[in-house]
Amino acid sequence: MTATVQSPSPGPIAPPAKPNLLYRPEFRQAVYQILLVIALIIGFWAIAHNVAVNLARQNIASGFGFWTRTAGFDISQTLIEFDNQSTYGKAFWAGLMNTLLVAGLGIIFATILGFLVGIGRLSSNWLIAKLATAYVEILRNLPLLLQLFFWYFAVLKNLPGPRESISLPGGASLNVRGLYLPAPVPESGFGYVLAAFGIGILTSIAIAMWSKRRQLATGQRFPVLWTSLALIFLLPGAVYLVLGQPLGFEYPALRGFNFQGGMAVQPEFMALLVGLSTYTASFIAEIVRAGIAGVPRGQREAANAIGLSNGLTMRLVIIPQALRIIIPPLTSQYLNLAKNSSLAVAIGYPDFVSVFTGTVLNQTGQAVEVILLTMLVFLTISLLTSAFMNWFNKHIALVER
Amino acid sequence: MKSTTKLFALTTAVLVSTASFASAQTLDRVKQRGTLSCGVNVGLAGFSAPDDKGNWTGFDVDYCRAIAAAVLGDATKVRFVPTTAKERFTALQSGEIDVLNRNTTWTLARDSSLGLSFVGTNYYDGQGLMVKTGLKVKSAKELDGATVCVQTGTTTELNLADYFRVNKLAYKPVVFEKADEILQAYQAGRCDVYTTDASGLYAQRLQMQKPDEHIVLPEIISKEPLGPSVRQGDSQWFTIVRWVHFALLNAEEAGITKGNVDKMLESTNPDVRRILGKEGEFGKGIGLANDWAFQIIKQVGNYGEIFDATVGAGSRINIARGQNNLWTKGGLQYAPPIR
Ligand SMILES: N[C@@H](CCC(=O)N[C@@H](CS)C(=O)NCC(=O)O)C(=O)O
Repeated sequence: MTATVQSPSPGPIAPPAKPNLLYRPEFRQAVYQILLVIALIIGFWAIAHNVAVNLARQNIASGFGFWTRTAGFDISQTLIEFDNQSTYGKAFWAGLMNTLLVAGLGIIFATILGFLVGIGRLSSNWLIAKLATAYVEILRNLPLLLQLFFWYFAVLKNLPGPRESISLPGGASLNVRGLYLPAPVPESGFGYVLAAFGIGILTSIAIAMWSKRRQLATGQRFPVLWTSLALIFLLPGAVYLVLGQPLGFEYPALRGFNFQGGMAVQPEFMALLVGLSTYTASFIAEIVRAGIAGVPRGQREAANAIGLSNGLTMRLVIIPQALRIIIPPLTSQYLNLAKNSSLAVAIGYPDFVSVFTGTVLNQTGQAVEVILLTMLVFLTISLLTSAFMNWFNKHIALVER
Repeated sequence: MKSTTKLFALTTAVLVSTASFASAQTLDRVKQRGTLSCGVNVGLAGFSAPDDKGNWTGFDVDYCRAIAAAVLGDATKVRFVPTTAKERFTALQSGEIDVLNRNTTWTLARDSSLGLSFVGTNYYDGQGLMVKTGLKVKSAKELDGATVCVQTGTTTELNLADYFRVNKLAYKPVVFEKADEILQAYQAGRCDVYTTDASGLYAQRLQMQKPDEHIVLPEIISKEPLGPSVRQGDSQWFTIVRWVHFALLNAEEAGITKGNVDKMLESTNPDVRRILGKEGEFGKGIGLANDWAFQIIKQVGNYGEIFDATVGAGSRINIARGQNNLWTKGGLQYAPPIR
């Protein structure tokens, strides 16, 4: 059957009529985006304006003029020079440094402990596996605040008073006021020891790089770990001895109410650090376990088949693949730890929230500004941590073939 | 964390509150609601604490009741809102409470930058220092090198720093958010000294395991005039709260008590008659019923009665009237007359 269909207009095919600008998707999208941005700007402006007007009408002070005014209060532990003649701005930094200190150390300890416990849960040793399980189940299921109170009020507060301090080896003392350690006092010549230490680290890095290249080229391995340890510790140790031990110690001693001299670690700091690290470690352990369990069994079998030892299998095959699974949730745990450090005020540690969002807010009365800055600070800490972890993740991510 | 969150919520409330609100007539809102929303301490014996039956009791609590009696004619129509040192002002600014009665010190900074006004001083206090008797310290001047526990959000942090600096004494502050935490830390020996308002120290001492083992040193290191505060910009409400305080004082001065107030209605003394609303229209003048002061005294008592029952000789805390006596008895409490 043939049918002839007459095309109505045999003329040249007209190019499809350009649709009206309004109907073009790209144009519409752009318009919507612009409208959204304008709406957001107006929204924020309206809020800011409303706040300013409200504060002015209620006669509540506003602005950041307080930043350079004298704070007038003291902070028990600071990393920067601070006394009651310093400004509110300086109090901001002092508090921030305290938060970064406890969060930074907390992240390091939580990671180490979390990896150990996580690997422990997978151990074929029954006792270790059960202990690790018990650790995880107990610590991650109790509220953090409760755990902080436990460490602070139940453990550290039961230590004896300064006059009945527990003496620790090496001239350190422990009492309810904290841990007092001898403070190292460098004498002339100590610079050489430090220099030797630096040289040790640099040569170790160089050796590690060289050995890696050699291994790639020839397959020969070199005992990098032992050489590095020797270089980093024995070299400065030898210099130290040769120069006649140029390092003195200032020992803490009881004078008046408290121990004076030496280095003091506050119980508030210890309780917060221990509480944050052990709590977060329980979550990290689970993440590590999930990460390792997530590597297909075939990988391990293949590694064994080509003759890698168990340790090398773990290090070269399992962990690198597990890290891909571990790092994103690990990042969340780091963020949690940093934010949870704001529970510090409950146990008297002068963290950022206690100093700035507490005392400074109270003395200046400028809740809006102070809370705004507080949000900015935590946002910045979180974004920087995520950015770093993303970079790290990309850096170590396996290149899949 | 929890209280930071609450503070955050209150701050947000301050932000988004609409223009009509701050200057709105608090009196009308209280009457409409039928209850007074009164900010008090979360728990400080003598000033504001729930008793074993869950009823709020204390000096500040009675001030809340007195205001309710004057405004609503019923001292029980109060909603008590416990506030911590840190969040109390925000609670007032945001409108969550109508008046703040929380052992709060009147200072220029608070009067000028927080958008609130203090109506007067209902308790003259000062900051004290408490130590364990075992330390054998007799004076604050011997406290060089001491560790001091102090509460955040109070005037006391600043006074402490000033006092130790002026007297060239070294010290270490340990700052907590809640009085309970200080109490525990101080008793465990974390601090040598617990410092706060002297009234607070006496009250807190009763909560300790061995109250006799702690003494309050003789030095009073600051002036802490405590009093009620209200939001700025509502002068009618300010006047009412202020005159409730004055009515309590005037009643004591005129010898009108909870017990004799009914009989006093028949008194011929013009002062008494004016206070009780038998003469003049003084209640109307401040927007209240004419028997406003009668209701206060009938339902709550006069200033002296409140003081004695909550913090004074009739209470466990047993603080002497001292500066809080009437001016006629050598104290500082003085009220303008009702006439
Ligand atoms: N009057 C001072 C101090 C008020 C204050 O907060 N005192 C403490 C100690 S007496 C308190 O009431 N704490 C009870 C609590 O927060 O639980 C001020 O206004 O800043």
